[in-house]
Amino acid sequence: MGFNTMIVIDHVSKQFQQRDGNRFKAIDDVSITIKEGEFVSLLGPSGCGKSTILNLIAGFDRQYEGTIGVNGESIKTPGPDRVVVFQEHGLFPWLTVLENVAFGLKQQGVGKKERLERAREQIRYVHLGKFADRYPHELSGGMKQRAAIARALIMNPKILLMDEPFAALDEQTRLVLHKELEDIWMRTGKTILFITHNIREAVMLSDRVLVMSTRPGTIKKEFTVQAARPRDSADPLIHHVERSVMDCLADEMEKVIKEEMDDDNYSFKKNDFHNRDISDMGGGI
Amino acid sequence: MILVTWEAAYRLIGWESWKFPSLFQTVESFYSGFVHGQLLDAIYNSLRRLFIAFAISLSIGMVLGLMFAKFKAVDDTIGFLVIALQTVPSIAWLPFAIIWFGFNDVSVIFITALGATWTMSIATRTGIKNIPPIYLRAAQTLGTGNGWRMFTQILIPGAFPHLMTGVRVSWAFAWRALVAGELIANGAGLGQLLQDGRGLGDTALMLNVVIIIAVLGTLSDHFCFKKLEDRLLVRYGLESNSKS
Repeated sequence: MGFNTMIVIDHVSKQFQQRDGNRFKAIDDVSITIKEGEFVSLLGPSGCGKSTILNLIAGFDRQYEGTIGVNGESIKTPGPDRVVVFQEHGLFPWLTVLENVAFGLKQQGVGKKERLERAREQIRYVHLGKFADRYPHELSGGMKQRAAIARALIMNPKILLMDEPFAALDEQTRLVLHKELEDIWMRTGKTILFITHNIREAVMLSDRVLVMSTRPGTIKKEFTVQAARPRDSADPLIHHVERSVMDCLADEMEKVIKEEMDDDNYSFKKNDFHNRDISDMGGGI
Repeated sequence: MILVTWEAAYRLIGWESWKFPSLFQTVESFYSGFVHGQLLDAIYNSLRRLFIAFAISLSIGMVLGLMFAKFKAVDDTIGFLVIALQTVPSIAWLPFAIIWFGFNDVSVIFITALGATWTMSIATRTGIKNIPPIYLRAAQTLGTGNGWRMFTQILIPGAFPHLMTGVRVSWAFAWRALVAGELIANGAGLGQLLQDGRGLGDTALMLNVVIIIAVLGTLSDHFCFKKLEDRLLVRYGLESNSKS
């Protein structure tokens, strides 16, 4: 693992024009530095602008204030040096798994024989060997996401940008894929920026968790997870960090809920169980 | 059953054969038409025109459709015009075509292509606009760029289900325009044969031509396009191949 900085986001803000003509600040003055080989999660409730940040780094959206540098260069177009893995896999339905995985190599002009061979190998690497010649709709959700990861990895990108890749999967599949992703990360040493709204997922996988606040999206707090790899879900350190992240996010959730429910008195955070008479265990004697 | 009723009705009502032919007359005429090569010739000529016109309209239609989908300005101007033009039956352009090109093949091909082009361009536009943006993004992130490779590898296959429907409808439009064009403009073909039949009072020949047109249309649609479309839909996962 090197210590070079890989992604530098420096005082970046992004506004959207709303339909009524007002400008809406999606993210405001965000600064993030990610080192080479680091696994960083952006965590926050939906609508906090975490996907916006990823889209900016990916190069899908080039209208923003501030500067973004990837590996010392500014971003011009989307490119295979920082492949995106999407929540909805984004596999091309008209190609087989094998052709999907080989797609990126084809763009680079790699010959057919070589690219199919390398794609097969990559597919075996994500344990999909038997399904190489299937079409995406014939696969389960977890298998599709594995294929999408294989399609990204074959480009040998320096950076993997993962936009809630496991959010649509069931819990069991997600746990399996967490293990596999951690394994891939440890073997390849990729820099990974992982977007999620799942606290456990973020803490389990990442070296650092950046918690975002909403409206406008800013980085609220940063947590470092120094638990040993491979991670163990029973590790008390994990639970400890999870708890702190939860507390940090509680303020945020309350803000969102109040706004959405239009109710200023609602409180998510306040647990008044111990203050109620009915649960008085005799502490006042 | 239909055939028996036909022959029986012919005998009972006592139509004269210059109004509508009997079953036997039709079969006989069909046979002799093939033996003398008259029918085959006409079929060959019509199909040749049809394929030329069809190829032209598919290419122009797809290029137009791509421009509509990509450039909003083009869509707002020419796109609107095309929708207006699409409502005009292409045979209405035949008088113009005759002035421009004369009574010949070119006129017929022109109006045949015209009928199919608008439909194809609108189908292409819809197809491209309906490609989920995630495919475009996924392709970009894998290094496809925004040019030719994006067009051939993502836009065309992504729009294929719509393109297929466009091709089928265009084909039907082209057929119609072709026969109508041949009826009026010159040149050996099925439409011209119909016209000849009228001139000679040969109703059996005319009916044969009509039957041939129907059969060719159905065959091409059912065995070519429909089969292809169904297979594609299954492959794209839009329709399951197992009957439940």
